[in-house]
Formats: sequence, structure tokens, C-alpha cells
Amino acid sequence: MHNSSRRGFMGKAFGAVAGVGAVGSLVAMKKTWDPLPSVKAAGFTTLDMTIYPEGELITEKWRGKPIFVLKKTPEMVASQTESQKARDVVVGDSHFMLAIGLCTHLGCIPGYNAAEKSFLCACHGGQFNWAGEVTKVPPPRAFDIPPFKIEGTKIVLGEVGPEYKAMKDSGITL
Amino acid sequence: MAHFTKATSVKDWLNQRLAVEKVEKVMASEYWIPKNINFLWAMGMVLAITFALLLVSGIFLLMYYQPDVKDAFYSVNYTIMRDVDFGWLWRHVHGVAASVVFLVIYIHMFTGIYYGSYKKGREMIWISGMLLFVTFSAEAFSGYMLPWGQMSYWAGMVITNIFSLGGLHMDGLVEWIRGDYVPAQAFLTRFFMLHVLLLPLAIMGLIGLHFAALRIPHVNNQDGEEIDFHAESKKYLAGDKAGSKVMRFANDFMSKDMMVVGIYLIFFFYLVFFQYGFALDPVNFDPADGLKTPAHIYPEWYFLWSYEILRPFSVNIGLIAFGFAQVIFMLLPWLDLSPNAVPASRRGAFNIWFWILLVDMIVLTAMGKLPPEGIFSTIGLVAALLFIILWVALPFITKNEKKA
Repeated sequence: MHNSSRRGFMGKAFGAVAGVGAVGSLVAMKKTWDPLPSVKAAGFTTLDMTIYPEGELITEKWRGKPIFVLKKTPEMVASQTESQKARDVVVGDSHFMLAIGLCTHLGCIPGYNAAEKSFLCACHGGQFNWAGEVTKVPPPRAFDIPPFKIEGTKIVLGEVGPEYKAMKDSGITL
Repeated sequence: MAHFTKATSVKDWLNQRLAVEKVEKVMASEYWIPKNINFLWAMGMVLAITFALLLVSGIFLLMYYQPDVKDAFYSVNYTIMRDVDFGWLWRHVHGVAASVVFLVIYIHMFTGIYYGSYKKGREMIWISGMLLFVTFSAEAFSGYMLPWGQMSYWAGMVITNIFSLGGLHMDGLVEWIRGDYVPAQAFLTRFFMLHVLLLPLAIMGLIGLHFAALRIPHVNNQDGEEIDFHAESKKYLAGDKAGSKVMRFANDFMSKDMMVVGIYLIFFFYLVFFQYGFALDPVNFDPADGLKTPAHIYPEWYFLWSYEILRPFSVNIGLIAFGFAQVIFMLLPWLDLSPNAVPASRRGAFNIWFWILLVDMIVLTAMGKLPPEGIFSTIGLVAALLFIILWVALPFITKNEKKA
């Protein structure tokens, strides 16, 4: 009886040591799989918004993903609906469509048809208009907008500015 | 310390130290297999041989492969395919075996379902087998990343995206798995590690468990007959080999087994030398490009049925259906409520269930390859719904089954 309680204590003591060790190793293993600081540091891209030509789609790259930048023509700006205005990114006097160029269905890259000013995803036939809204399913929602911060005539992708925060809070983007 | 005597032979020397005779008996000559079986019982050995082919060809590929996003594609398609003498052989063996191993796994699985080899003490064989299926799937997926072509990249993108769990938007988890915002260097190196070390270790451990799970219930037979292995083996050892219902694993059973393996290997190397194209997708001969999506993304044929269960539904329902398809086979021993462990052909409604399931999975596989348009997407949807209905119906079908 005396012996078995002593063994019981030793078992519990080892269990405690092993438990602490196991939790510690899991933390280390989890952290080892986290994106590296260099990867995170490279997660910011600065765009000079003064260089974009009107009405032309330019694809930039941020965190390895394509970013659509389309400087809207005055006609586009004039014809915008309320929901399209809500997605508008305004830098100085210029209006932009700024979005992650991945279909919100399964992540393929839609192609831009300059003549029709619309996007078509070849994977499953989803379509978007020049403002980034869905015009044909299956995509469940408009293009996602990357986190951005307006700094003068520049935009920093990856940082959260007040304009982006407002969009996120109102559910315009995820 | 045990008492050792001067050895009379090398065998005796080993016997005193390692009990080799005893081991040989336990593992082979007195490991008893029923006589009432057919060629489908050789699939386990066919799988073991295929795994060995994967291991050996993998070792040779590993000597030249570079797990670096800049070099991976060229190390496979240039160094291994053109520079290394016979490098093409290892790659074609590896690619063909990775594909064929799933064909044999499916045959092995459906043989087990048909003959009721997951019941009456054989549940652990079934579970360890399904765990092997899961680890082989992970092994196949991680290996598919390594050539770092367009299909590698986009399959990596789409499959890891599944872990955002649709409406839950767990993007942090996806980035953690990738070690980056998109599949990149961290992703390639960790999947390389999984493919060449962790997953093969898990597979070898599970193969051990799978074999161990066979020892006590023994191998099933064509009639699901409960054999008294002790009595039958006594009969065999006493000389009544014809009257006994069992035979030795080696060399009796092995000789037939290896005959099937021989035929299989001729078919296998025919594929390796003349028909390897089916295992090497042409799209994957373009280097990975994160800014260009291939027109059609589809998995390898062995994942198509579960891909087709994911595809016809909206994001969240699709994921639930997909999750269902992944785990439901594991639960088979508890969803089949009938005590009958006999071939499906003697089980009435279950027989119909079995063949509908088999045909449904072939239909799902075919639809998964086709673009989801028009009639194909309707057939895909119906087949996906049928798959779920079949599994939900299984307990009701088997509950009132008559004693066979």
C-alpha cells in the first residue's frame, strides 16, 4: 500500500513534467510553422497612385496575390450606383477600383475584357463588372478589397487605414 | 543471464540469440490463412510491393530533387529527366505507382466491403486500413506539390484554401499551414518534409498496425465462415493438409500471392514504359505561376469522387458534404447493423446498396473530370446526393436483414 502510493506519486510527478514538456513543445512546433518575419515584412506593398492611366486595368502583386487596380474614367465615376460608390477608393481627385484579383468562388484569376469592361473567370464562369461586383454566379460576393492605407498620393497595401476599416465594418469586404 | 551453449551451426547460433525459428513460425509457416479465398486476397501483398516500389524510386529521386521554388521544377524536369542516367525510370515508376496504388487500394477496400471483412472482431483492420487511405492521400497530395508546376501550385492553393472552412473564413489557419500568404518557399519545404519523412513514417507505422490487427481475427474468407484456426491448424500439422480449412502463410499462400504479384508487375511495368502519360498531367509541365490560373483545375483521378461531392454545392454545404465523405467510410463497421458477415450477394438489400455505391463512385469520378456545365453538373449533383443518401440509409437497410 505504502509502495503503491509512492509509485502513484512518482507517476503523477512524471505526468506533470511530461505535460509541461508536451505543451511547451506544441507551442514551439506551432510557432515554427508560423510565417517567418521576413515573409510578414514583405507583406506590404506601396503603390504610387499617380501613375495609373484611366480606364486601364493594371495588375500589381501583393503577398503573392494579384491586385487589380483600375483608375475609373469620369463616365464611370458619374454613373456609379450607391453600392459601387461604397467600394470606391479615392486618392486625391482620382477614383479607383482596388481589389484582390482572385475569384471569390475558388480563387482562380478572372480575365479582364477591356471592350466590355468586365471580368470573366474561366474556371466556373463567374463574372464581375468594372466596379468588382458579381454580375453572374457562382462567386458568392464581390472581389475582396485588400487592407490599404492612403498616404498622400500613395497607397500602402497590408496596412489598415480608416477608409479600409470603414469598408470592413460596413461589410463591403471581408 | 540466460544459458548459452556452444553453437552447432550458424542457425543454432542465431536461434539461441534471436529465436529465428520461432519467429519464422509465428510470422510465416504457422501463420494460418483460410483456403477458401480468391485472387482478391492478394491485394494486400500487391499494395506492399507497390509501396516498396514507391520507397525505392523515391530514394533515388530524393538524391537529385531540390526543394527550392527556384530550382524544384528544373531539378525534376531537367536534371532527373535528362541529366541523370535512368532518372526518368525512377520518376515514371514513382508517378505510375502513386496512381496505381490508389486503384489497388480501392479494389482492396471494396473487397473488404463486399465480403463483410470489417465486422466480428475485424473492426481494427478496417480502421487502420482507412487511416492508411487518409495518410496515403496526404502523401499523394504532398508529393504532387514537389515538381512545383502549375498544377502543383494551384492544387496547393485550392486544397489549403479548404482549411479556411468556407463561411468561417479561417484565413489565419490557411496562412499558418502555408507559412506564407500564398504557397511559396516555406510551403514547398514543409510539404517536402511531410512527403519524404513524416508521412512515410506514419504509413509504415500504420502498415504495422494493419498487419497486427489481422493476427487475432485472422483473414476473412469467401463465405465469411467462422473458422476454428486452432483446430484446423492442428489438423494441418498432423498431416491432413487436404482436410484442413487452412494453409500456411508461407510458402502455401505466398506462392499464389506472388503469382498475382507477378501478373500485376507485368501490367505495372507496361504502364511505366509505355503508358506513363496518364500519371503526369501536361499542365504540370509549366512552371508554377501565382499570377496565372490554368483554365481547368482538377485533382488526380483518385480524388475526383470526393472533389465532385464538394463541387456542386455552395461553399459551406459543399464543405460539409466533403467532410462527410472523408469520414463516413471509417464508420462503416457501426453503420452496418446486420450481424451477417457474409458476401454481399447473400445479403439482399445490402447487395444492391453495395453495387449502387460502387457505380455512384465511378460516376462521381467521371463527372469530377468534366467541366461542371449543363447535364454533367446535374449528373454530378444527383450522384453526390445519392452518395450521402446511401450512407444515411445504410443502418436502416441493414437493421432488419435476415440472418444469412
